[in-house]
Amino acid sequence: MRIDARLIKRLPPSGGSDAFELNVHLKSDAGVTVLLGPSGAGKTLTLNCLGGFATPDEGRILINDELYFDAPAKLHLPPQQRRCGYIFQDHALFPHMTVRENLRFAANAGRGNSGLNRHRRIADLLEAFELGELAGRKPAQLSGGQKQRAALARMLVNDPRLLLLDEPTRGLDGRLRQAFYELLRKLRERSQAPMVLVTHDLEECMELAGHVCLMDAGRFTQCGPRERVFARPANIEVARALGIYNILPASIDALDPGRDLSRLGVLGRPWEVPYLPGRLIGDQGYVCVRQAETRVVAHDAPPSVNQLLLRVESATQSLRGMRIQFEHAVVAEISEAEYAACRGAERLMVEVPAAAIYFVGK
Amino acid sequence: MIDWFPLWLSLRVAAVATFFVLTAGTFVAYLLSHKTFRGKSLVDSLITLPLVLPPTVLGYYLLVLVGRHSPLGHLYEGVFGQPLVFTWQAAVVAAFLHSAPIYIKAGKAVLETVDRRYEWAAHSLGASEWRTFWRITLPLAWRGLSSLASLSFARSLGDFGVTIMVAGNIPGETQTLSVAIFDAVESGNGRLARVLVIVISAAALALLWAAGYLSRPARAQSAG
Repeated sequence: MRIDARLIKRLPPSGGSDAFELNVHLKSDAGVTVLLGPSGAGKTLTLNCLGGFATPDEGRILINDELYFDAPAKLHLPPQQRRCGYIFQDHALFPHMTVRENLRFAANAGRGNSGLNRHRRIADLLEAFELGELAGRKPAQLSGGQKQRAALARMLVNDPRLLLLDEPTRGLDGRLRQAFYELLRKLRERSQAPMVLVTHDLEECMELAGHVCLMDAGRFTQCGPRERVFARPANIEVARALGIYNILPASIDALDPGRDLSRLGVLGRPWEVPYLPGRLIGDQGYVCVRQAETRVVAHDAPPSVNQLLLRVESATQSLRGMRIQFEHAVVAEISEAEYAACRGAERLMVEVPAAAIYFVGK
Repeated sequence: MIDWFPLWLSLRVAAVATFFVLTAGTFVAYLLSHKTFRGKSLVDSLITLPLVLPPTVLGYYLLVLVGRHSPLGHLYEGVFGQPLVFTWQAAVVAAFLHSAPIYIKAGKAVLETVDRRYEWAAHSLGASEWRTFWRITLPLAWRGLSSLASLSFARSLGDFGVTIMVAGNIPGETQTLSVAIFDAVESGNGRLARVLVIVISAAALALLWAAGYLSRPARAQSAG
């Protein structure tokens, strides 16, 4: 394991906030591990524990087989010795230094670099992150994207062994976000160090994560490779938190392992999905279908298998076309042309492919 | 003819006292703003104490603490070859006690306004705490601290109670400006009192203006 961190930290109630307990076990071998969750979930606290800015009450932190923290042994490596590159919210470039001075400060703080090497490294990073022309500027004279490039360059000066990024794209618009993802790919050419990235943005998580830890109220609600977490939410709370699913109550009406078939009752209509192992007839639960895989079809006939006739509540413009909101909080996205064909209809037929249906027990 | 020695002595005393306030005071303010340690609130209260105690009480403590028969007094006499009490150096100690508490308390607040993330960023880049203090914390807090130093200087000019207790009122030796004014009023020398009062008021006003100038909001600097 490149990252193996068992963290327990209790914060007493302070001000208007209640007591908080962080209790997580972060294990990841992936290049990029994303902590995804709402604000107040403990994402930044987790990052601060890894970076050495917060001391857990219990647990231990192993990074690349090196012990950073061990509560029983009272071992707490100070941040200076952890060699963690840390990108803070708003980047924390030193405001009284120019971009070059920021990098030089990092180079001089690192050990075992000769003067010439430092100089070469700074020049190299300034060029790689397109900062050559901006090297003489103070952070206040930089745009958001430029600050970000400078912060990434500064982080890489000392060859960090672990990269920690706290909501690095907060406050950036879509175009700059894309540029940032491009930068991270570029960064990978220079540093293979494992990265832990905090975000509350689902798209960002989809874009970057190899390994995902969903967080809420100081716990991991589900961890695993990104594909698995998004395709197989562990429970209905996780599915709801992800916000990419249409979720409808369902019951299992029939199970037929011989024909690899299960029949579900969804809003009184029969749905058919592949055989569900480990379930019993009569089990209650939910079906989760990604909004992106929910289709609208012509309804010249009564609804057949895996179809529902639903009342339209609203239709709004979206990135991919039109976003139709149905009763039972079902959402589907269709193209403008499709929408033109069914415009004004009170009810529309919704269909989902059997492979896209995921049953979650109560 | 007006004797300007008290003014000169006061300026010298205030300058030396401000030097010690800036160094020792900044150090203590840093400890209070950045460290947690046992007895921190007690230290905090002890630092506030000189602000609320009558100057005579402070002076009395000092006389006991550094008087000729105390261990500290002996030590000082051994090192410098002369007693501390009733010398101009004693006036420095008095001025220090008069201005350090306010400097430390306000300096702590100034150091706390430096965004902790800058210091964390420096640490994560491998910079020692010492280096971080000199290169990051101090430059970012410098305007606030120098404004406070200017206030400290003004306050050091004005101490009366403790000065007269430990340094006395020896004209041409330990008679500072505020003591000289007291002396002039006591002896009915109204003209001298008026002149000195105007001088010290003007000096205080100038220093307050300097403090305000130094602490004016710097050119907008974003969080970086």
